[in-house]
Amino acid sequence: MPREDSPGEGRVVLSDADIARVLKRIAHEILEANKGASDLVLLGIPSRGVLLAQRLAAIIAEVEGTAVPTGALDITMYRDDLRKQPTRTPMPTSIPGGTVDARVVVLVDDVLYSGRTVRAALDALGDYGRPRAVRLAVLVDRGHRELPIRADHVGKNLPTSHSEKVRVRLLGHDDHESVTIAGGEP
Amino acid sequence: MSDRKLTIGEKLSQGPGVRSLVITGARIVASAVSVATATETADARVADVVIVDGVVTDLTASEAPSDAQVIDADGLILLPGFVDLHTHLREPGREDAETICSGSRAAAVGGYTAILAMANTTPVTDTAEAAERILDLGRACGLVDVQPIGAVTHDLAGGQLAELGLMHRSRARVNVFSDDGRCVADARVMRRALEYIRSFGGVVSQHSQDPALAGPNACCHEGELSGRLGLPGWPAVAESVIIARDVQLARHTGSRVHVAHVSTAEGVDVIRWAKAQGIAVTAEVTPHHLALTTERLAAYDPVFKVNPPLRPIEDVQAVRSALADGTIDAVATDHAPHARHDKEHAFEDAAFGMLGLETALSVVASVMVEGGLFGWSDLARVMSSAPAGIAGLADHGRPIVPGEPANLVLVDPAAAITVDRSSSQSLSRNNPWHGEQFRAAVHTTILRGRVTAAEGAPAAC
Amino acid sequence: MSDSTASATATMPRHLLSIADLDADLIRTLLDTATQMQDVQRREVKKIPTLRGRTVINLFFEDSTRTRSSFEIAGKWMSADTINITGKGSSTSKGESLRDTVMTIDAMGVDALVMRHSASGAAHQVAGWVDAHVINAGDGTHEHPTQALLDAYTMEQRIGGLAGKHVVIVGDLTHSRVFRSNVLSLRMLGADVTVVAPVTLMPSGIRAWSEADGFALSNDLDLILTGDRGVDALMMLRVQKERMSGGYFPTAREYTVGYGLTRPRLQRLVADHPKVVICHPGPMNRGLEISADAADAAQSLILDQVAAGVAVRMSVLYHLLAGAEGGAA
Repeated sequence: MPREDSPGEGRVVLSDADIARVLKRIAHEILEANKGASDLVLLGIPSRGVLLAQRLAAIIAEVEGTAVPTGALDITMYRDDLRKQPTRTPMPTSIPGGTVDARVVVLVDDVLYSGRTVRAALDALGDYGRPRAVRLAVLVDRGHRELPIRADHVGKNLPTSHSEKVRVRLLGHDDHESVTIAGGEP
Repeated sequence: MSDRKLTIGEKLSQGPGVRSLVITGARIVASAVSVATATETADARVADVVIVDGVVTDLTASEAPSDAQVIDADGLILLPGFVDLHTHLREPGREDAETICSGSRAAAVGGYTAILAMANTTPVTDTAEAAERILDLGRACGLVDVQPIGAVTHDLAGGQLAELGLMHRSRARVNVFSDDGRCVADARVMRRALEYIRSFGGVVSQHSQDPALAGPNACCHEGELSGRLGLPGWPAVAESVIIARDVQLARHTGSRVHVAHVSTAEGVDVIRWAKAQGIAVTAEVTPHHLALTTERLAAYDPVFKVNPPLRPIEDVQAVRSALADGTIDAVATDHAPHARHDKEHAFEDAAFGMLGLETALSVVASVMVEGGLFGWSDLARVMSSAPAGIAGLADHGRPIVPGEPANLVLVDPAAAITVDRSSSQSLSRNNPWHGEQFRAAVHTTILRGRVTAAEGAPAAC
Repeated sequence: MSDSTASATATMPRHLLSIADLDADLIRTLLDTATQMQDVQRREVKKIPTLRGRTVINLFFEDSTRTRSSFEIAGKWMSADTINITGKGSSTSKGESLRDTVMTIDAMGVDALVMRHSASGAAHQVAGWVDAHVINAGDGTHEHPTQALLDAYTMEQRIGGLAGKHVVIVGDLTHSRVFRSNVLSLRMLGADVTVVAPVTLMPSGIRAWSEADGFALSNDLDLILTGDRGVDALMMLRVQKERMSGGYFPTAREYTVGYGLTRPRLQRLVADHPKVVICHPGPMNRGLEISADAADAAQSLILDQVAAGVAVRMSVLYHLLAGAEGGAA
């Protein structure tokens, strides 16, 4: 593994331009898989997943000329590791139209890792209705799955070790955009 | 405990054959000191005291019988044995909380040679037979003179008078009457009781609590803290109005009234006024009202639930001053043992009262002597001679002079103890002093020449 | 899991016995969480798995349908096993001690005791005995912290942040745990608080207390309602009719005229302050401390308070029970 000069920042694996590019590709993949924008709902997993969902929706609107409903799905209350850390304040959940029944839900998150967040999101989603299909879009897939879960749309596959930290920064949440990787084998 | 060398020796076996006792090198601070070898030192008289057949003699240590027990009292202070005007022994009725014997052991360890047993047992001490039974059980134990207090009213109900005269004429010679735990609230009943006992010189020890102003649930001094804690308030005025009424009744009847456990500055003011008028009123204060304040209730620990309640520092300072200047005559423990399960209720529901016999000397010495408010001779007055006088106990609270009964206590003024409730002689553990540190402690207690307790351990009873 | 989601961690106390256990930040956390919990309340499937496998005992030594059912629903919606136990109001030395009662329940391995007791400090005492988390659901005339939280939540929903707002609390302050908890929480949230009652219904020592804690006192409701400071929220406390026999006030009529939110008082208040909100912790004595017009007015938050109760209690259960043990530092 290459060593970074500033471990706090880490090595940049996606620049702001890279992020814009992969989001465009993911948006097209979503439309292609869904054969258009009909019945699509984008649900971001807070906090950066919500930003990504909004960005994808904007791109889809540009491409298709239709607004795709976008919301947020907080999974705090569905986590399986609640007891391992102090409680966090949950983030808002907003389901456009109030239901996901018969919709095609695209869950959007920044990093796919163990798969436990997605598992929690699927459980949460079930409490809001019965989607026709659920797909998963992530900016980065860093591997190390602990559950039989895979993403339908991946911005970048990023082989990592457990000890590495992947950090996603997005405008609207951070002061610039990047995906970095830091740390590594001691 | 003290690191001082104590040579009690094997002789202190307390066998029945041992009849004499030599106390060497004790500081004697009681006012009348007239013992054979008394020598003046800068701060106190140091003397040997020889006791034969339970009486202080004028013998020197070398003249003492050869089989005498010897107590090396170097550095210790010899005082007349303490007298407690206010002890709750739970026998008969609640022997799980305290018996006359366990209470006697606690009293002996605490330096007491006489205790007055309050009447609120089950059944109530309101007959001659009940009083004699307590007297006899106390004698059978033998560690301390247990003098029963008789109820003022039948069954403490506040109405019909108890058999005051029969109790007085009984073997128990009851002289002090009290409904303690409850106030004799009816002025007419109080008046009649005072009139009735005047003929034989009795005294009513009144639990001063106007039940209309401080009802049965009142459990926290009424003030900012009771407001914040949401605990039923027990206002100072509920005490002072009864004291004011009672001193007027004492004046009117020409009889004697004793104010039990005075706790407020207002109450002290009334007593001070009454004494200035020549009214026959005496008063006692508890060690806990001398030392502890309302803030102890902030954690809702029922160990600190006591009646009257712990008061703010202003009241505490007032009762300290009043004890120092003689307005308050005596310290009385209000030793009130309770079984654990009677204390482990919600604060408002838990039983009132705290232990006191074993710690009284340490607390009073700490607050009053070490606090510079009075000296050891004053401590002897408020813990021994004054209460003995109020109760009419002729053999207690006497000067340490030849011919007097040897009811004595040796105090170690530099013992440096930490109170441990689990080592108490009481059957109960509601000890508010647990974990507190004190300098002074009772060292040895002597009842009619017999060592009844030494270094925290009572003799066999 | 996504390791890029960093989030603030609150250090909740192990027990919620008093509002004094909290600070402004922790109250904020609880109220923000309650906002998300209301989302569950509005869903078709009112169930989240957060407290699955946890046992919450509602131990009520004093009747309270409202608070007990609110906690029960909160626990059930979070998938906790909630069990209601009605304790005997034991006050005799013969009965089982409070300690024995709660230790028996604690020994079964429960996670939380939600406790209501007629004696002040009971929850505080129990917290010292048991391993379970203790939530005070009202102790005597001491505190009712979840009521104060839901009151703050409800008021904020309608009138926004409470900092700088003027909240007037009227009624039997002496016997009110709602007042005691609210005055703490409202001050923590930056509200100005005025409490109004006849002198006989003010707790002893309240003058020193109010000076220390920074709230105002008055015996004149009309003076406060028409004062220059204005009124943003008016909280009417229940007045028990049996207080009359204790000499706290002469008659119900005299109380209502002096301290009730009567129709004319309501009309003038709403005319002067159209955005005012009216709270009452319930149960109401309609016609005594609050007129029917006031209780049912558009300005009344009384039903919102009940609805918020579940969300706020879910929030409390979540923050006390869901996180790491010992996370409360």
